[in-house]
Amino acid sequence: MQKGVVVIGGGIAGIQASSDLANRGFKVYLVEKSPSIGGRMAQLDKTFPTMDCSMCILAPKMIECVRHPNVQLLTYSEVKDVKGSVGNFKVRVLKKPRYIDERKCTGCGICAENCPSEAPNEFDENIGMRKAVYMPFPQAVPRVMVIDKDNCLECGLCDNVCPANAVNREQQPEEIELDVGAVIVATGFDVFDPSVIPQYGYKRFQNVITAMELERTLCASGPTGGHLIRPSDGKIPRSIAFIQCIGSRDRRKWINHPYCSSICCKYAVKDAVLIKEHEPDSRITIFYIDMRAFGRGFQEFVNRAKSEFGITFTRSNPGEVSEDPNTNNVVVWFEDPITRTVQHASFDLVVLCPTLIPRKGVEELAKTLGAELDSYGFFKSADAVKKPLDTTVSGIFACGYCVGPKTGDIPDSVAQGSATASRVAEVLARLEVA
Amino acid sequence: MEEEPRIGVFVCHCGVNIGGIVNVPEVTEYAKKLPFVTYAEHNLYTCSEAGLAAIKTAIKEYNLNRVVVASCTPRTHEPLFRGTCKEAGLNPYLFEMANIRDQCSWVHMHEAEKATVKAKDLVRMAVAKAALLEPQTEPEVEVKDVSLVIGAGVAGMTAALSMANQGFKVYLVDRDKEPGGIVRRLYKLYPTLADSSEVIDPLIEVVKSHKNIDLLTSMTLKEVLGYVGNFHVTLTSSGGDKDIDVGTIIVACGALNYRPPKGLYQYGVYDKVITQEELDGVLKRGNVGEPERIVMIQCVGARKGEIRPSELEAFPRSDTAELLRKILKARKEEGWPYCSRICCMNAIKNAILVKERSPKTDVVILFGDLRVYKEYEDFYRMARDLEVRFVRHIEEVPPEITQRSDGKLEVAAYDALSGLEVKFPTDWVVLSTPLRPRRSEVLLARMLKVPISTDGFLMEAHLKLRPVDTNVDGVFLAGTVSGPKDIPESIISGEAAAARASILMGNRKVVTDAITAVVDEGLCIGCGLCEEICPYGAPKIEDRKSKVREILCRGCGSCAAECPRRAITMRHFGEHQVLAQVKALLMPEA
Repeated sequence: MQKGVVVIGGGIAGIQASSDLANRGFKVYLVEKSPSIGGRMAQLDKTFPTMDCSMCILAPKMIECVRHPNVQLLTYSEVKDVKGSVGNFKVRVLKKPRYIDERKCTGCGICAENCPSEAPNEFDENIGMRKAVYMPFPQAVPRVMVIDKDNCLECGLCDNVCPANAVNREQQPEEIELDVGAVIVATGFDVFDPSVIPQYGYKRFQNVITAMELERTLCASGPTGGHLIRPSDGKIPRSIAFIQCIGSRDRRKWINHPYCSSICCKYAVKDAVLIKEHEPDSRITIFYIDMRAFGRGFQEFVNRAKSEFGITFTRSNPGEVSEDPNTNNVVVWFEDPITRTVQHASFDLVVLCPTLIPRKGVEELAKTLGAELDSYGFFKSADAVKKPLDTTVSGIFACGYCVGPKTGDIPDSVAQGSATASRVAEVLARLEVA
Repeated sequence: MEEEPRIGVFVCHCGVNIGGIVNVPEVTEYAKKLPFVTYAEHNLYTCSEAGLAAIKTAIKEYNLNRVVVASCTPRTHEPLFRGTCKEAGLNPYLFEMANIRDQCSWVHMHEAEKATVKAKDLVRMAVAKAALLEPQTEPEVEVKDVSLVIGAGVAGMTAALSMANQGFKVYLVDRDKEPGGIVRRLYKLYPTLADSSEVIDPLIEVVKSHKNIDLLTSMTLKEVLGYVGNFHVTLTSSGGDKDIDVGTIIVACGALNYRPPKGLYQYGVYDKVITQEELDGVLKRGNVGEPERIVMIQCVGARKGEIRPSELEAFPRSDTAELLRKILKARKEEGWPYCSRICCMNAIKNAILVKERSPKTDVVILFGDLRVYKEYEDFYRMARDLEVRFVRHIEEVPPEITQRSDGKLEVAAYDALSGLEVKFPTDWVVLSTPLRPRRSEVLLARMLKVPISTDGFLMEAHLKLRPVDTNVDGVFLAGTVSGPKDIPESIISGEAAAARASILMGNRKVVTDAITAVVDEGLCIGCGLCEEICPYGAPKIEDRKSKVREILCRGCGSCAAECPRRAITMRHFGEHQVLAQVKALLMPEA
């Protein structure tokens, strides 16, 4: 058995890195902050441009990863301290209490059925509710419930009904120390909160939603059972607008995300096509600055969206969104690129495509690792061209969106996961020789 | 197997994906009554940990010796369920799947009752086959811990170096005299504006001196035989042939810059109409001078045309090499349908370089969409600060280039903002052209049996989740051979391909699929039709009998269908098994 490796973050990049390392003979500790691995990809409905069901292609990968005898999964856990150097890191991990005995719980969900307390469902972007004792999504790995103490009433019903006697409300946080040779960071991204730019109306108007919220709504296993309905009245929206570059390519000091997040054009077109497949009569307009459909198969996909699905592409960056108080319809104000006049158009639903930003808490993690962040707050490369996935600390690598939009989509994240596995094997092999 | 079949059936709701349409409990009850079915249950998600645990428990509790899962597609989920059977001590080939999602709930989403009837049909068929399933053994093959990397560009060199540093022996082959690929010929790189030599020279240096790398330049591939773990490759050069044995192959032979045909935007007509690649050369030689104006035109030969239905139709049945030849011929005139990903930054880079040398030159970039993704936005900003002019033109109307009486060129385009025609008298016109697949891929793809995608680049095993794997075990892709990439992206794919290849070589062995062709030598007349039709070279006639080399066989079944004596059967897809399925469909009461 070779030296171990800690992988921080169980999204698709972290899963790929872990699987590859495990298959290469390394002991892998996969540390995930939330109760389940799967990351952002688990939340998506379909993936562009092949329209594969996201969960259907992810679930086997998740299970294959944790099934590997070389992978030890530490969910609901956070890296608290890292000492040492390449070939010899000491990593302290804090395992938060689930208040459920992982070894006993079968994930039957009887506790959740009986739990009287509810909280917004984070996995569904807070559309709909989950119980205080819950599993984030049905295919969660591991299949273990978790009690959210903030919303728990301490009624003890879960304890009474659990057939496996798995509830342990006295569970304490646990500290684990790991000796490893290298660390891979794959902590992913957060979505920019569009309410920071009030003129887009997010959180002011009910029928202005984000693309991630739309994604959960379109998903057959989502809160609406895959039925596209608008929040104000539950009706099927007949006209939908997408607005691109919400907070991205934006140099205003109080926003300060000058970069392009690389994936929004592509997923917006995907979502538009998905809506058309759900509701062929919908009228869809995408407001954009530049249609950035770079990469394999995307330009062709955009062409199809225009010719086959009749989606309108309007090159304009809307200045404001207002609401018709009688109908709750949303009015988009924009400059018509052809007449060069200010126009407005009314839509049943407006979908904002916000930029992707560094994960909350990434600064703290970077400090713990001793690694530098770039001016946007993503992990800085040791060399942007030659060593794109090496951080500024030898033996610590990064992959997926935590290195910034230099990735973008799922295949890039997968390739980066494999690439960091290669880097680890390379660096540790060289140490052995030396 | 003599033992009486004891079949367990697991019907999946897939949340509401199946359960929302198909009456899953009804299908389950129906399954319970089918012959040899000992146990049946339905699960919310059979592929979840709970569903898999239920399968294992039932195998033990009910002493099941066959498992049927009615859920989604075997393409994504069969390995998972087979693995679960194996964990419970059951041979993984005693498992059968019925796809009641794609074939029932999805396609018949508006006819729930009929979808349920069809789901029952499919389950009945799967059960009928399951009763006749036999255990199979998966052949294990030794893997040589030696790799061949084809192409010594930045991706190939990175892949070679990564494997060499892990202790594997690597043959790095390039058709050129010198390694370095397309990057070696570039002048400066975006977004750092560093000399390309700063990136490529150190890499060349290490590759040349590494004890585990055997650099073979001026050589090309002549023949590839064998299979994962044991490829026999013949390389050829003017000096003669060289045979090598390798365990894995990484294809990193890159792409080419598209050269517009004569006359497109007056290319080849006026000598001041050049490509970005040629401007790069002019800048490198330092003779750009102080022109008044340079006009660059984006997407020349990119994002043009659509793949014609006839081209798609030919795919994937036709010979992939033939398909590529057709695509290349058609694209030569009308350009490529895809976006080449790197040209926007490349144009900006050259615009900045011109501005640095000749600040008074008015550099105009005509574009449709400016795709400066990721943090290249800052680079775009840098160009605007240098007063490079970005003019969005109406893409559908190609700019016209004429020569004025004073000898200067003039570019006429439609400005997207004003909608008016604008004319730019200019000294140079620079065309931004895409990367395109190489013609030599035709041969390579045929030798390696790697399919070609409709855009002409080599195809990955799965667009989303296996970006550097191919559908040929042991063969991987790195760099622009699978589509346009910039340097960091090429380096990442090189490292990724190295990771995937190293897994095979590090383990020293690989297990392959048991579904292969079996020849009944008593029936075989040695006619050789199987040898002729097999795309993988698996059967070989020896002593007037067909011998199938299992490891080469991909289980496609072409030979079994072709054999005039019905001497060939497929493991796991025997005639009796398939006929039992058909019978179950047509004669449900029998």
